[in-house]
Amino acid sequence: MSKRIDVKDLNVYYGKFLAVEDVNLTIEARSVTAFIGPSGCGKSTFLRTLNRMHEVIPGARVEGEVLLDGDDLYDDAVDPVHVRSQIGMVFQRPNPFPTMSIRDNVLAGVKLNSKRISKSDADALVEKSLRGANLWNEVKDRLARPGSGLSGGQQQRLCIARAIAVSPEVILMDEPCSALDPISTLAIEDLINELKNDYTVAIVTHNMQQAARVSDKTAFFNIAATGKPGKLIEYGNTADIFNMPKEKSTEDYVSGRFG
Amino acid sequence: MSTKTVSPNTLRRDGDSGQSGDKIFSTASLLAGCLILAVLFSVAIFLLGQALPTFAADPSEISGGNGFFSYIWPIVIGTVIAATIALILATPIGIGVALFISHYAPRRLAQGFGYLIDLLAAIPSVVYGAWGYAVLAPQLAITYDWLANNLGWIPIFEGPASNTGRTILTAGIVLAVMVLPIITSLSREIFLQTPKLHEEASLALGATRWEMIKMSVLPFARPGIISAAMLGLGRALGETMAVALVLSGGALNASLIQTGNQTIAAEIALNFPEAFGLRLSELIAAGLVLFVITLAVNVIARWIISRHKEFSGAN
Repeated sequence: MSKRIDVKDLNVYYGKFLAVEDVNLTIEARSVTAFIGPSGCGKSTFLRTLNRMHEVIPGARVEGEVLLDGDDLYDDAVDPVHVRSQIGMVFQRPNPFPTMSIRDNVLAGVKLNSKRISKSDADALVEKSLRGANLWNEVKDRLARPGSGLSGGQQQRLCIARAIAVSPEVILMDEPCSALDPISTLAIEDLINELKNDYTVAIVTHNMQQAARVSDKTAFFNIAATGKPGKLIEYGNTADIFNMPKEKSTEDYVSGRFG
Repeated sequence: MSTKTVSPNTLRRDGDSGQSGDKIFSTASLLAGCLILAVLFSVAIFLLGQALPTFAADPSEISGGNGFFSYIWPIVIGTVIAATIALILATPIGIGVALFISHYAPRRLAQGFGYLIDLLAAIPSVVYGAWGYAVLAPQLAITYDWLANNLGWIPIFEGPASNTGRTILTAGIVLAVMVLPIITSLSREIFLQTPKLHEEASLALGATRWEMIKMSVLPFARPGIISAAMLGLGRALGETMAVALVLSGGALNASLIQTGNQTIAAEIALNFPEAFGLRLSELIAAGLVLFVITLAVNVIARWIISRHKEFSGAN
């Protein structure tokens, strides 16, 4: 498990509008990479191109290459469904399936494509995934209860459990803590630190302290003005980006002068 | 002695600024609510009062000569059969068309298609009846013949098939076409309201579009689909004109492709003009029974919806 992602000359369009321009970067396996930048700079859009989730929006398309251990995600013969089963995603707002129990939520991805799984295997997988998401002790007595009855932070960890249950190569997180309180945020951040032992993690965050706390590498995105495409301004080790950025605009952003 | 100046309480309301509008509106809405109850209540009273002589009458005086129950139950069964056929045919098609419009069709096509379906609802029921009588029934008569010859061993397809095709199955099919737009447009609205968040949750797990619909859209829309089906059923149960024209009624008959069977609404419509005295009361009693059936259907539907409240996503 865990593969690296290479992005080469990537342009992202919504119809004719160029949303993100000319991104080149490498996301290392078994590491946490953070994307930071002001609102509307294209960091979420860019994240979604990494598992082709941006295609949900009509008119969205890309130019360039995204390679998962050398295999192009955008090859004509590649099925986006297959891409997404290998590159999982956690969203801004916790979104467990409201009609499913906690257990069924964890198994949701595993049961796709009419795969059969024995009850004992399923039980083991549910426990392993919930333990992996630091949620097992809180929910082990109520696995048959609806997932929507949990607190926001627990729901988000349930979504992470659901994502890791399918053993993806990469986990993408789109501002996973922005709807959570500080204590739940801390729990997720601890979890991210553990996840990188097994998975490649890419996270979009608005919270610069969070990027500094959880990530090994940081990419700073910016836009020149509204309506202009977002660009990757600087990419490097997190310590370097925050302590001695090369670009003036990175320094302005991480020191809180704008954004 | 110090003079204490009392500062006026600025929070007190002065005059009745905005108050009167509030009052008028709340009274108006209360009245509207009461009016609905009053109308429902007076309909129920009317039905009960007019039907009473039937229940009090000697069984031999009722049509058929064996009392009200043996008069009413064949047409209750007929009503339920016709409405059930309509629902069995219309619900899956309605859901399919709604899903096509909401999740599969290109946006421009979907809109036109949606209007077209809504247009079906605007066709008067007498037109449906005429179409069923003149076009559909003769066509179906051929199919019924085939069914009787090949599947005649199933009781519902027992021959000899009706030559005119004006059977309860034809009536059910016409009813299905009539309730289709109701089920389709309600389901479509609900499918469109599925939270993006839930759709993306399943897509991000590697779901295909159909799996996404199964995991996110249908569970979310389930109560709405049931409501839509129940509204359709309500129309199918009460539909009069189309059935009266299409169905060549008769005694209760297990075979759906022979002449026979009758529905309550058509029975009332066909006999009302010449009815007086006890016969009139009988027909109104039949109306009361239809009223009770519709009520029961609605109660059952609500119960089905509320059974899974905890998992509905409303919390």
